[in-house]
Amino acid sequence: MNAKILASTVRRVLSQLRHDHRTVGLLVVVPPLLLALLYSMFEDSPLVFQRIALVMLGIFPFIIMFLITSIAMLRERTTGTLERLLTTPMSKVDLLFGYGIAFGLAAAVQASVACAVAYLFLGLETRGSVGLVILIAIANAVLGMALGLLASAFARTEFQAVQFMPLVVAPQLLLCGLFVAREEMAGWLQAISNVLPMTYSVEALTEVGRYADPTSTLWKDLGIVAGCVVLALVLASATLRRRTS
Amino acid sequence: MTTTVAPAIEVRDLVVRRGKREVLHGLTCTIPAGSVTGLLGPSGSGKTTLMRAIVGVQKIERGTVTVLGRPAGSAVLRSQVGYLTQAPSVYADLTVRENVRYFASLYKGVSTADADAVLESVGLADHAAQLVRDLSGGQRARANLACTLVSRPTVLILDEPTVGQDPVLRDELWRQFRALAAEGVTVLVSSHVMDEAGRCDRLLLIREGTLVADQTPAAITAATGTTDLEAAFLHLIRTGQTVMSA
Repeated sequence: MNAKILASTVRRVLSQLRHDHRTVGLLVVVPPLLLALLYSMFEDSPLVFQRIALVMLGIFPFIIMFLITSIAMLRERTTGTLERLLTTPMSKVDLLFGYGIAFGLAAAVQASVACAVAYLFLGLETRGSVGLVILIAIANAVLGMALGLLASAFARTEFQAVQFMPLVVAPQLLLCGLFVAREEMAGWLQAISNVLPMTYSVEALTEVGRYADPTSTLWKDLGIVAGCVVLALVLASATLRRRTS
Repeated sequence: MTTTVAPAIEVRDLVVRRGKREVLHGLTCTIPAGSVTGLLGPSGSGKTTLMRAIVGVQKIERGTVTVLGRPAGSAVLRSQVGYLTQAPSVYADLTVRENVRYFASLYKGVSTADADAVLESVGLADHAAQLVRDLSGGQRARANLACTLVSRPTVLILDEPTVGQDPVLRDELWRQFRALAAEGVTVLVSSHVMDEAGRCDRLLLIREGTLVADQTPAAITAATGTTDLEAAFLHLIRTGQTVMSA
């Protein structure tokens, strides 16, 4: 790992994002718009809105960063820039962390805007602090990024890369406890739910909603999410081959 | 010319298989340091595969490839070997300057001023602030070249660097390659047009994964009794003759 290479890679990934005004716009505007939609849908049952909106603050960054990273990394692979990078003194860790930090920063901006709208205009209330919500959102974004990096290895085209989104996101969304409480699921569904990382980030967000101070469950959940990030990054790193046939 | 200089690149009995097809069949050659060597042959003859093997990004079946005394692809070589791929491997959504500065930042001791100087040398100074995606094909190829030259490598592997460039610019690029060789850089340039071959110190002519010539342009024309390299290559293919270095 090399601090100078890492820093310039973060800058490079952010510059690419910056030149793409439409993506930046979508990144910042879409989550608040969807939250506003939810707010209108549940105008008569504010408790339901509170529960769903809080969870959504963690789910948006996951989905969006998964998509963006899998496409960005696929482009690195198909345009030959990845092969070029791997012929330079750059290490794989510099590249993976470069993406992680750059998209983590983008996620921080996204989560801050979404939280500001939710708390200030849509009346979202949590016993715990908004800072923790943003922290969990960033952890989720980094998880999405790490899984996106990994998924890009299994796609040859952008069409295929996009197809991985429902595959990776939908089961986690359905089984995380948002639609059906986990305790009410059949045993085998619970077992699947137990190994899906989003289950833990949703649980962490629920803890922030319920308790004023960070609980041990929250830290355990964040630890699990972090562990999944490391695992996905290690696997993704194995797909970055310097020598190909 | 001295013959005591250690070769910069040594390829021995190289066999490469891509899928089921054997692309290189036991190829052996040496490339002297501080020279411009042309790698010529028709499309699909194995030029790119040989270059990839020298850079160390190609899986090889058998044989050895040694660059500056070390196995191709060694970590220490990464700061010394520059590789230009045929298709532009640059970020289309960054400006030309951002691209070159980024690749410059990956190497020790290469400054942003160096990056700007390279942009000048490939004739892209006026387009530095343009996004690569808005460039013409030829300009994009030069942006690609700038990103390779910026690391000031000791060994330069250039896969068709002059395709699509106008004649004046092509001439300037070749002067640059010659100037680099004069400074001691080993340059290996592939091309499928014969009119560039005369500007090389040595030529490797490759056909269907086998070398048919490894000599100076003058020696090749002399040995085949022809006056130009196009005719010499044709002669070698038709007669099955080879012109190898002593």
